[in-house]
Amino acid sequence: MIEVRNLEKSFGETKILKGVSAVFETGKTNLIIGQSGSGKTVLLKSLLGIHSPEVGTISFDGRIYSELSSEEKRELRTEIGMLFQGSALFDSMTVAENVGFPLKMFTNDDGNKIQKRVDFALKRVNLLDSNNKLPSEISGGMQKRVAIARAIVNNPKYLFCDEPNSGLDPNTATLIDNLIKEITEEYNITTVLNTHDMNSVMEIGEKIIFLKNGLKEWEGTKEEIFRTDNVAIVEFVYSSNLFKKVREAYLRG
Amino acid sequence: MLIRYLSQIGKYFLMWKEIFSKQTKWSVMKGLIFKEIDDLIVGSLGIVAFISFFVGGVVAIQTALNLSNPLIPKYIIGFATKQSVILEFAPTFISIVMAGKMGSFITSSIGSMRVTEQIDALEVMGVNSLNYLVFPKLIAVLLYPFLIGISMFLGILGGYMASVYGGFASSSDFIDGIQREFVPFHIAYAFIKTFIFGLLLASIPSFHGYYMKGGALEVGKASTVAFVWTSVTIILVNYILTQLLLTK
Repeated sequence: MIEVRNLEKSFGETKILKGVSAVFETGKTNLIIGQSGSGKTVLLKSLLGIHSPEVGTISFDGRIYSELSSEEKRELRTEIGMLFQGSALFDSMTVAENVGFPLKMFTNDDGNKIQKRVDFALKRVNLLDSNNKLPSEISGGMQKRVAIARAIVNNPKYLFCDEPNSGLDPNTATLIDNLIKEITEEYNITTVLNTHDMNSVMEIGEKIIFLKNGLKEWEGTKEEIFRTDNVAIVEFVYSSNLFKKVREAYLRG
Repeated sequence: MLIRYLSQIGKYFLMWKEIFSKQTKWSVMKGLIFKEIDDLIVGSLGIVAFISFFVGGVVAIQTALNLSNPLIPKYIIGFATKQSVILEFAPTFISIVMAGKMGSFITSSIGSMRVTEQIDALEVMGVNSLNYLVFPKLIAVLLYPFLIGISMFLGILGGYMASVYGGFASSSDFIDGIQREFVPFHIAYAFIKTFIFGLLLASIPSFHGYYMKGGALEVGKASTVAFVWTSVTIILVNYILTQLLLTK
């Protein structure tokens, strides 16, 4: 479980996070949603330790991040898997080398053991045939799957995903969504996903946190989104006619 | 403006501290070092050899053409070529060329990693990205004096070929010039400079690549800025070292 309390973060004079508090539950896909500029990427990057918040605390299963030593922070980071928006695969390495990278860096496993684990992770994302290809030789959807394999290869406790569907066709996007949800349940990890794709929200949103202007405006499940009368979230979610109709159909039963 | 420069210089020295903290596993680092030696040193051999040979030849021809007084002995051509190549051309001129070749490669490769979030990925995994990316480059440039040694040899060889086959001096005159008033400390001076220039060549472009902000356009800008600052620093350090090491 990740607990965020009263988080504040500014860039220069501009305050991006204005006191966000939230709990991200273990074994669930926790979604952070909101319009562009609402602070969701800053919140995610603060959870990852890329940004340091000025006020507030972040605790990972009771370990308060700001109170950890550098060594403990690095140790904690080995428990984190991250899926970046652009995949962030190392372009000088093959698919297999990318996936095996965390194992090579942080375990004393020999080559055979690493290869077995890499094969397992690639099999889990249905990508066994691309071991020796470079990231530039595979499609965007495949790159996302390689990034997921790299994120889970070291058995992380926490999985973070920054807009995992951006730039993908609807089929591949759904496949990636489902893969993230399955992996979350299978390994009982705390998954935090940052998105503004409403299909993802409806597909995998078990716990949803809606940010507006750097504040948590609403919190609930995907079922609760249909029933809420919170103006901000209704405006955000039901800006598209399709979702308006979906909501009406849901409310009609 | 001054504060911004000072803060950048401070950040550069703090980067050095970070490079040496939390070392990457040796089994991984070994491979990275060999890759950097291949990219930075072996990959530069061709251009260094080409430039050294022909510029050495030009130095010899220019010296010969400026010796209009028949009383000045011909061995001066060999002597001047040797002195120019060993003292300045090989260590300094080649380092400026390398600031463009090696420096832009380093800045653009690290800068691209920054833009595509690969550096963030390393940090999130718990890897000390500065150590992972920059330390192998610093180790690889320890072989930079080897490259400059080759440059010295080829520069003098180019001068010899241009003088002898261009009819400016006989082979024995040129070789006599090379051997005359040979000061071993000049070689030491050249290699001390080379060693320091090598560290600047690896660290300044790395700094500009690592701390760049923005997208693909900024990678290009960072490469240009890195080239300018590396060249300026090399010229300044060259002046300081020459004052310190050669003047009495």
